Amino acid sequence: MNKQILGAQGEEAVFHYLQGRGFTILDRNWRIKAGEIDLVALTPNDEIAFVEVKSRSSLKFGDPLEAITADKAYRLQKLALAWLVLHNMWGKEFRIDCAGVIFGTNGKSEIDYRESVL
Amino acid sequence: MALAKVRTLALLGLVGHLVDVEVDISDGLPGYTLLGLPDAALSESRERVRSALLNSGLPWPNKKVTISLSPAWLPKSGSHYDLPIAIGLLAAQGVVENTVPETLVLMGELGLDGAIRFVRGVLPTLIASLAFGAKSAIVPVENYREAQAVPGLQVSAFTSLTEVVHFLQTGNSPIQEVSQEPEETHDFLDLIDVVGQTQARYALEVAAIGGHHLLLIGPPGTGKTMLAERISTILPVLTPAESLEVSAIHSVAGSLATRGLLTRTPPFVAPHHTTTTTAMVGGGSHAVKPGAVSLAHAGILFIDEAPECASGVLDSLRQPLESGCVTISRAVGTVTYPASFLLVLAANPCPCGKFNGRARGCTCSSREIRNYLKKLSGPLLDRIDIRAFVEAPTRLEMASEMHGESSALVKSRVVSARAVAADRFSGERWSINSKIPSSELRGRFKAERSAMAFLHKELDSERLSARGFHKVLRVAWSIADGCGDIRPTRSSVEQAFLMREGSFL
Repeated sequence: MNKQILGAQGEEAVFHYLQGRGFTILDRNWRIKAGEIDLVALTPNDEIAFVEVKSRSSLKFGDPLEAITADKAYRLQKLALAWLVLHNMWGKEFRIDCAGVIFGTNGKSEIDYRESVL
Repeated sequence: MALAKVRTLALLGLVGHLVDVEVDISDGLPGYTLLGLPDAALSESRERVRSALLNSGLPWPNKKVTISLSPAWLPKSGSHYDLPIAIGLLAAQGVVENTVPETLVLMGELGLDGAIRFVRGVLPTLIASLAFGAKSAIVPVENYREAQAVPGLQVSAFTSLTEVVHFLQTGNSPIQEVSQEPEETHDFLDLIDVVGQTQARYALEVAAIGGHHLLLIGPPGTGKTMLAERISTILPVLTPAESLEVSAIHSVAGSLATRGLLTRTPPFVAPHHTTTTTAMVGGGSHAVKPGAVSLAHAGILFIDEAPECASGVLDSLRQPLESGCVTISRAVGTVTYPASFLLVLAANPCPCGKFNGRARGCTCSSREIRNYLKKLSGPLLDRIDIRAFVEAPTRLEMASEMHGESSALVKSRVVSARAVAADRFSGERWSINSKIPSSELRGRFKAERSAMAFLHKELDSERLSARGFHKVLRVAWSIADGCGDIRPTRSSVEQAFLMREGSFL
């Protein structure tokens, strides 16, 4: 499976998963020069959740969430702040979530969702 | 609950500190934080533990793992924390009972395949654990015999992580192989091999009776090393308490396997003359390891070619010689090891080695000879009670078919002389002649009147220092014990005086 397609499918899976949990999706693949935020959602508790999605087709190369390094986490924080400023939501409660998606051979996805990880 | 606590110990010198390994698994990005001042080997535990768990088919938490080794202020070193960390992780994940008993102590290094490997210092660690109320211990199978020597502790030994998990889940311990009784190491050394050397032999015997430090001087190839190596064969065997202490030191040094557990033979340690001060007294930056002086505790420290030693190395012996222990301070803390040994130094009479009083073939100038022996510093030489010349055996001695006395014979005399001394000193703080306090030598443990007069005369003529005066008396007591006198006679004091000067007989 192509890497881009895998990533897109993973984000799609998390998108539906969050909707199912009652999140309102505010933004998808928000991109500026400094990077990209996969999903921005408003939680039922009126918090803004910035979601980084990592997808893998197997666990052979380790857990997808292990791919989020300290460097990547620091970038996510900066991007989240940028998003808040640019959308006039500075001061609102926010958090950063991560979702690890594993696609099994049968095409089914398994989502490991972790809240407020940073 | 994603929190678990497992117990082990940190060893600083021979002193154990109880360490709680607390494992917390929380949501968050996968990560692993080890707290509590770990050293390099311990920081690497993450990779060993992770591979060991996965390769044993046990779960590794892909979550935020925080491990705290408490007390946090105590620097921790070594690889024996692998097993408690792994079991803590499994307990926090609920694979084994979350409440690992607090009276259980775990130690062991993990291989990547989940094997449990040998670690150093198990004996002193487990002895220390008793003070903290430990009832049982889990150790690597290679440390089993050593661990069994600790009284009152239920020891289980395992070869792999899965076995430990099985044991903790079911309480079924694997069948332990019956351990054999420790074999006494057979020493093939015997004084009978030494040709001639009546004088040096006698010096050895007196040194063994009283525990006096000894300097052997002689040309190369005359048997200085041969004699020194055989001192341990004429010393009495160690008491069980001494032997346990010696084994504990060797366990920390990692040399227990070569020495043998609870061996009763006094240790014989012969560091090379190029040795460093650190190797001699102990040290190291992470774990403070015992040096040669501690490995020789209750036995013999032999330094061949002593004048060739760096001067600092020999002088570092002064503190242990005086106090019977060494105290080493490093960043990790201050450590004290026992170091009460019988010092035997060997030296050539001059740099070329051929000077033997008659200057046969010696090419050294008198200044060279003076400088050579000057390398043994005054304060060190002052602590040496007996000086003996080892001369080349004569043609007659070499041709003779008569043997010298055997070690067994000499040892029996040493043992009975020591028994006499121990009897005389019962109720005192010391039990051998070399430890009689100076004041007692002038009081209760005086020599005969005429002998004392002789010493006072030597003192007056400044041939004897105040320290020398007491040293001579101590040696005289050993000589007296050797010949069965109840008190040193004039002749034993004179002999002791000559032995101290190195020109007796």
